[in-house]
Amino acid sequence: MEGFLHQVFAGLATGGIYASVALALVMIYQTTHLVNFAQGEMAMFSTYLAWTMVNAGLPYWAAFSLTVVAAFVLGAAIERIVIRPVEDAPVLAVVVVFIGLLLIHNSLAGWLWSYTIKTFPSPFPSTPVFGQTLVSAHELGAIGVTLVVLALLFAFFRWTPLGLAMRAVAQNPGSARLVGIRVGWMLALGWGLAGAVGAVAGMMVAPIVYLEPNMMGGILLYAFAAALLGGIDSPVGAVIGGFLVGVLENVLGAYVIGNELKLTVALALIVGVLLVRPTGLLGSRQVTRV
Amino acid sequence: MRDLYAAYGPTQVLHGISLELATGSITALLGANGAGKTTTLRALCSMTVRTRGEVWVDGVRIDGRSTEDIARLGVAHVPDGRGTFLGLTTEENLRLGAWTRRDRAAVAEDFERVYRYFPRLRERRRQQAGTLSGGEQQMLAVSRALMSRPRLLLLDEPSFGLAPRVVREIFDIMRRINGQEGVSILLVEQNASMALELADHAYLLETGRIVLGGRADELRRDDTVRRAYLGAG
Repeated sequence: MEGFLHQVFAGLATGGIYASVALALVMIYQTTHLVNFAQGEMAMFSTYLAWTMVNAGLPYWAAFSLTVVAAFVLGAAIERIVIRPVEDAPVLAVVVVFIGLLLIHNSLAGWLWSYTIKTFPSPFPSTPVFGQTLVSAHELGAIGVTLVVLALLFAFFRWTPLGLAMRAVAQNPGSARLVGIRVGWMLALGWGLAGAVGAVAGMMVAPIVYLEPNMMGGILLYAFAAALLGGIDSPVGAVIGGFLVGVLENVLGAYVIGNELKLTVALALIVGVLLVRPTGLLGSRQVTRV
Repeated sequence: MRDLYAAYGPTQVLHGISLELATGSITALLGANGAGKTTTLRALCSMTVRTRGEVWVDGVRIDGRSTEDIARLGVAHVPDGRGTFLGLTTEENLRLGAWTRRDRAAVAEDFERVYRYFPRLRERRRQQAGTLSGGEQQMLAVSRALMSRPRLLLLDEPSFGLAPRVVREIFDIMRRINGQEGVSILLVEQNASMALELADHAYLLETGRIVLGGRADELRRDDTVRRAYLGAG
């Protein structure tokens, strides 16, 4: 029983990370109707920035904050410089741009920091907390940080004027323009926020999977499965999907299919959701009146 | 607006039309389906690819500016299909209407003002706009436009798909908005008789050209208009 609970907690910790990346995917999907394949690599790149800062002697939380800001600026800049010119291009052209971004980030990270695996520090103590061994301090901390980020984002979208404007742009860009919202800047802001959320996820997962240029590959797949499971256009769904996938992956990996086949869970979920319920748990069905 | 040409891709829709709107008046733009009425409104707000022409509002030239800038200059456009944010609540839609304004106290007053015009919207203020009836959505669309305190209100077929009683209600409110607040209105309508009743001036658009223009009561007596658009034999 204790072993099982341990798997569940570990699943919640990684699930929070999938939830964050899935949320970043959904945020960009809502405005572009495309999945940003480079989201994981952008997070990985930001994590390297944090690693560099920590190694230069900066305190962890200072490096953490600076990285979030840098990831925000990077995300917004990518939207303005790289995505804007292909705004009206065919879907496949944009997908190619996303794949290009993925490769650029990956190779750049390998070139700058080499492909050797690095350890990434955790801000949480390595000794057991509350005198129990069920869940490590890092897992508990990662869950906490994820929940804080999600709560902040929720409050931002729900209660601030800027958040309202961003929701308006996601729903109806044409009408948003008509009320005077600068749609272009809102899109850049969305990319910035997605980048920042991804960076937090990267820094939380790096102590578990170790830092290397390909560390987000599998995570992006799980996040994609999570976003689909929750409904690709539903932010709340993405978060629920993330935690579900995390727990499912850990428990199935430990008891049913073994750790080597864990990634299959994500792929099976993707295919399964698309076959059985393409709108996911909370997604909305697109109804078009003609 | 002077000598406006507009096109979607290679299809020329407007062939050099000129309209003049008197400040504080209601002008109706009439015409059959496909005459270019909606395109005219869209071209005014830079929502189409415009090829040539000038648009002036109160001495400021607005053609060539972005749709966002034109909205900020006091032109509120209630588009074809209303452009409601269906997934947001009534209140959120109205708040977005006032997005460009920073005078919070006045915005709060304007909430009260539009709720006085349309009490039904107050009852529905926490409801998702997508669950409102067609008439309520049209009221919301007009209210959202009013929340920006516009100088010029562009309305694209506000009567479309609504019951006559609701249309009457909305037209009454438009008359009050125009009379009490001095908002100029450019109204695109297929319902020519109602539009001519409300408007001070009117233009008749046929396949991208203005074929007739003048005082609304004159147009109402014009034989061509009566035969083609008012159903008189």
